Formats: sequence, structure tokens, C-alpha cells
Amino acid sequence: MKKLTKNLLILLPLTAGLLFTAPPEAEAEYADVVINNYSDAAGMRPAIFPHWFHRIRFRCKVCHADLGFKFQAGGNQINMLKIIDGEYCGGCHNGEIAWSVENCDMCHSGKPGTPTQVHGSTVQKLVDPKMVAPGK
Amino acid sequence: MTVNKGRIFAALAAMAIFSGALATVMSEKGEAHAAPATKQDAAPAAAPAAVNTFNRLLKGAGERNLPPTEDGIHDPANPGTALLQTPRDAFSTLSKSTGAMGNGVNWVEALKNNQINPRYDRLNPAEEAVVFDLDIVREVKGSMPNVVYPHDRHTMWLDCSNCHPDIFIPQKGANQISMAQIVMGEKCGVCHGKVAFPVGECRRCHSQNKDASGAPAAKAKK
Ligand code: HEC
Ligand code: HEC
Ligand code: HEC
Ligand code: HEC
Ligand code: HEC
Ligand code: HEC
Repeated sequence: MKKLTKNLLILLPLTAGLLFTAPPEAEAEYADVVINNYSDAAGMRPAIFPHWFHRIRFRCKVCHADLGFKFQAGGNQINMLKIIDGEYCGGCHNGEIAWSVENCDMCHSGKPGTPTQVHGSTVQKLVDPKMVAPGK
Repeated sequence: MTVNKGRIFAALAAMAIFSGALATVMSEKGEAHAAPATKQDAAPAAAPAAVNTFNRLLKGAGERNLPPTEDGIHDPANPGTALLQTPRDAFSTLSKSTGAMGNGVNWVEALKNNQINPRYDRLNPAEEAVVFDLDIVREVKGSMPNVVYPHDRHTMWLDCSNCHPDIFIPQKGANQISMAQIVMGEKCGVCHGKVAFPVGECRRCHSQNKDASGAPAAKAKK
């Protein structure tokens, strides 16, 4: 019994160490936008919108003024019906300006369970209170 | 400089798992029928390796512009993931920025030098942006240089309605702006620190040097 406790004493800190260091933090591109209002619940992978990729091709005005995307990740209640009716992503992913909607896995490419976020934002990169006081 | 923290930690973690597994094997051999110890038996302690890591709090010091299959957010098991463009390839021909965060791209230079030609209209590639040239200087108390807000470099990309009136009342000095708000994603921080150059690149906003009295210095950068 004593010996087992001793072994556990060795094991515990090691696993605690694991909690600190692994799993390695996601290092996706700055401004990859994960949109997951409905995907998880629908059994689809979350959609990932590569914001940096699109700004190489379009000015902000096209999406945020002409197509009406609000400045908020997950804030547009996008769904597939709106997309096939030509709204939001469907303004371009229609087989004319960009490849069409049947390429499900080009957009639904996120790891299941990944929450809605703008990856790499300032707020996300601030020193995390959880790292200073783990478990709190 | 570009040492991958993630990999070093992964290696450390692997060592930890290995020695952990060894400990388990040993305990199984020695005391196969012992009752499992309760959590309270073990005093809280941390492995020295974890306590004194070089960067205790710095996050994301790993490699940047990783391919989607390795970035931790895309699912490598999804067939489409491998078809997505690697940011590094897309950015290889674009002007670089100096900061350690963000895309590592200077988007102002990339546009000015025609390295990219983003459409101003969804359908018409020839439509030109309506550029409005008006700098607004915001004087900053204390040591930091004044902030110069340039309308031209914003309206090359954005429509007036993207900022006016929801984010800023279009009247010089009518808006209260502080760094605390910017860091939390308000005011300039609606875009800077999310999709446009990050907040850490202080001097791109705080670009007007001032003399000791606080007045703009003679040789102030525009
Ligand atoms: C151009 C990108 C794009 C493509 C292509 C695409 N989707 Fe979506 N889809 C989205 C976005 C964005 C959402 C909103 C995600 C959320 O909030 O969870 C969404 C949501 C969904 C949802 C949940 C909401 C709803 O409408 O029921 C389902 C299910 C779905 N997609 C299935 C599909 C299937 C199946 C395909 C292929 C036939 C597909 N999607 C192709 C972007 C896309
Ligand atoms: C091709 C379309 C497109 C272009 C071009 C585009 N955006 Fe976006 N932007 C989006 C989409 C889609 C989202 C996510 C919205 C959602 O999740 O519903 C977004 C989100 C945002 C957000 C919200 C971040 C947050 O806080 O959640 C900001 C700010 C933003 N964009 C600014 C810009 C700026 C600045 C530019 C130009 C440099 C730009 N966008 C160009 C489509 C675009
Ligand atoms: C203003 C037009 C426009 C809108 C709106 C738009 N896209 Fe795109 N998208 C494009 C174009 C153009 C491409 C490049 C197509 C090509 O390579 O043929 C593209 C490519 C992509 C790619 C592939 C990037 C790569 O690595 O090749 C993804 C993923 C994507 N879009 C997702 C989305 C999602 C999700 C939305 C909605 C939230 C969306 N797009 C809205 C125009 C748009
Ligand atoms: C990226 C955000 C942004 C965009 C886009 C933008 N502005 Fe502004 N604008 C500002 C800020 C910030 C101020 C300064 C407000 C302050 O000092 O409180 C300002 C101030 C102004 C003022 C007041 C000037 C003064 O001397 O009182 C006018 C007029 C104005 N903007 C017009 C425009 C027009 C026209 C457009 C489109 C062509 C435009 N703005 C686009 C952010 C923006
Ligand atoms: C996106 C532009 C932008 C960036 C980047 C930026 N600032 Fe600021 N900063 C501002 C604006 C705008 C103000 C408000 C000026 C005023 O009073 O009108 C400000 C104000 C300040 C002030 C005055 C006190 C306060 O909180 O308002 C300090 C100090 C300051 N910034 C420091 C910094 C430092 C340090 C950095 C880099 C980490 C930085 N800023 C990056 C725009 C920026
Ligand atoms: C609606 C989005 C948005 C808002 C709000 C915004 N910016 Fe910007 N800003 C951009 C974009 C996009 C660029 C182009 C460069 C980039 O994307 O990194 C830019 C560029 C700049 C530049 C040019 C930097 C250079 O190297 O020439 C300065 C300075 C700047 N912003 C300051 C500010 C300040 C100060 C505020 C707040 C008063 C502000 N911005 C608010 C989107 C925004």
C-alpha cells in the first residue's frame, strides 16, 4: 500500500505536468474564423472561414457592406438554406464566383467541438488566468 | 528563434508518459492486489520540469502560418482539409510585417505594391475603391507618441458605413477611445487584434512623435 502511494506520488506530478504542457495549443492562422452555432448539433464538422484568404481576393466592403456580414464571429446565424438562396457564403460559393456548395468538406473542415472564435485574437492571446491558477 | 515550443513540450510530455507508464508497470508488479489509493493520500506537488519552464506564460511561440492539416483546429481526418491552402504559400510573395503576431503580412504594403488585387465589387474586378484622404490626430497623454488615424488606408478596404456611426461618430474628438477598450476588442480593436494588424504593433498607430511639452515634434512622421 505504501509503495503504491509512493508510486502515485511520482505519477501525479507527472500527469500534472502533462496538464500544463499538453495538449499543444492550436496554432491555426491569425483570423481563421470558426463558425459553430449549429454544426456540432447537426453532426457536421464546424465551418472554418479563412478570413486572410478571402481578403486577398476581396475588400472588406464586399462582404461587410454589400453582403451584410456583421463584424462578429458566429453573429450572422448562417445556415445552409440561406447559403443556397445566395446569402452570406452563397453570394459567391455558387459555382460562378467560387466553387459551389456541394463541396461540403471544404467549409466543414473543423475538429468537432471547436467553439466559434476568431483564432489568434488579442483577447485569446492574453496571459490566461487558468495558467497562473490552474483549476480556477 | 523559430524553435517549436509545441514539439519540445510534446517530447517532454512523451517522456513523462513513458516514465509514468513505467511507474504503473512497477506498481502493478509489486502490489498487484493493493487497494487503489485515494486522491487525498497524495500531497500536491509539481514536477520541477513544469515549474521552471523557460516561458511560463508566453503562448503561441511556435511556428506560424502552419498548413491546415497541422494547425490544431482543422480536422486532418476531413478529406477537404488537405486541399486548403497553406497560409505560408499564400503569403510568400507579400510584404512582411515585423511583429511576432498576426499573419506576418503588411497588408498596407501588399495592397499598395499591387502584390494583391482584392475586388472592391463582388462581380466587377475593374471597380475602383472610393478613397477618402483625411488623417485624424488623437493626442495621447504621457510618453506614448500621438495616434494618427488615416482614413485613406482604411477606405481602400472599407466602406464608410463599416465604421460610421456604429463604431465611431464621424466627428473629430467625439469618441472616447482607450487602450483598455482596444485590447478588449472595442473601437479600433473591432478589427485590430482580430483580422487587421495586431495591437502589439504599437508604433503603426502611435506614429506621431511629440516633444517634451506634448506638442507634435517638428520631424513627426506623417
Ligand atoms: C461555402 C461554405 C459551405 C459549404 C460548401 C457547405 N456549408 Fe454547411 N454551413 C456553412 C456555414 C458557414 C454554416 C453555419 C455553421 C454553424 O453556425 O454551425 C453551415 C451550416 C450547416 C449545417 C447546420 C445548419 C443547417 O443549415 O442545418 C448543416 C447541417 C450543413 N451546413 C451541412 C452542409 C452540407 C451537407 C454541405 C454539402 C452539401 C454543406 N453544408 C456545405 C458553410 C458551408
Ligand atoms: C469574403 C468575405 C469577407 C471579406 C472580404 C472580409 N470579411 Fe470580415 N468576416 C467575414 C466573415 C464570414 C466573418 C465571420 C462572420 C460570422 O461568423 O458570422 C467575418 C468577421 C469579421 C470580423 C469579426 C471578428 C469578431 O470580432 O468576431 C471583423 C472585425 C471583420 N470580419 C473585419 C473585416 C475587415 C477589416 C476586412 C477587410 C480587411 C474583412 N473583414 C474582409 C467575411 C469577410
Ligand atoms: C465575396 C465572395 C465570397 C464569399 C462571401 C465567401 N467566399 Fe469563400 N471563397 C471565395 C473565393 C473567390 C474563393 C477561391 C475559390 C477558388 O479557389 O476557386 C473562396 C474559397 C474558400 C475556401 C477555400 C480556401 C482555400 O484554401 O482554397 C473556403 C474554405 C471558403 N471559401 C469558405 C467560405 C465560407 C465558410 C464562407 C461564408 C462564411 C465564404 N467562403 C464566403 C469567395 C467568397
Ligand atoms: C475604420 C473606420 C473608419 C472608416 C471606414 C471611416 N471612418 Fe471616418 N472616422 C473614423 C474615426 C476613428 C474618426 C475620428 C473620430 C474621433 O476623433 O472621435 C473619423 C472621423 C470622421 C469625420 C470627422 C472629421 C472631423 O474633422 O470632424 C468625418 C467627416 C468622417 N470620418 C467621414 C468618413 C467618410 C466619408 C468615410 C468613408 C469614405 C469614413 N469616414 C470612413 C473612422 C472611420
Ligand atoms: C490600432 C491602433 C493602436 C494600437 C495598435 C495601439 N494603440 Fe495605444 N492608443 C490608440 C488610441 C486610438 C488611443 C486613444 C488616444 C486618445 O486618447 O484619443 C491609444 C491610447 C494609448 C495610451 C494612453 C492611455 C490609454 O489607455 O488610453 C497608451 C499608454 C497607449 N495607447 C499605449 C499603447 C501600447 C503600449 C501599444 C502597443 C502594445 C498600443 N498603444 C497600441 C490606438 C492604438
Ligand atoms: C473596421 C475595421 C477597422 C477599424 C475599426 C480600425 N481599423 Fe485600422 N486598419 C484596418 C485595416 C483592414 C487596415 C489595413 C492594414 C491591415 O489590415 O493590417 C488598417 C490599417 C490601419 C493603419 C495603417 C498602418 C500602416 O502601416 O500604414 C493605421 C495607422 C490604423 N489602421 C489605425 C487605426 C486606429 C487608430 C483605429 C481606431 C481609431 C483603427 N485603425 C480602426 C481596419 C480597421
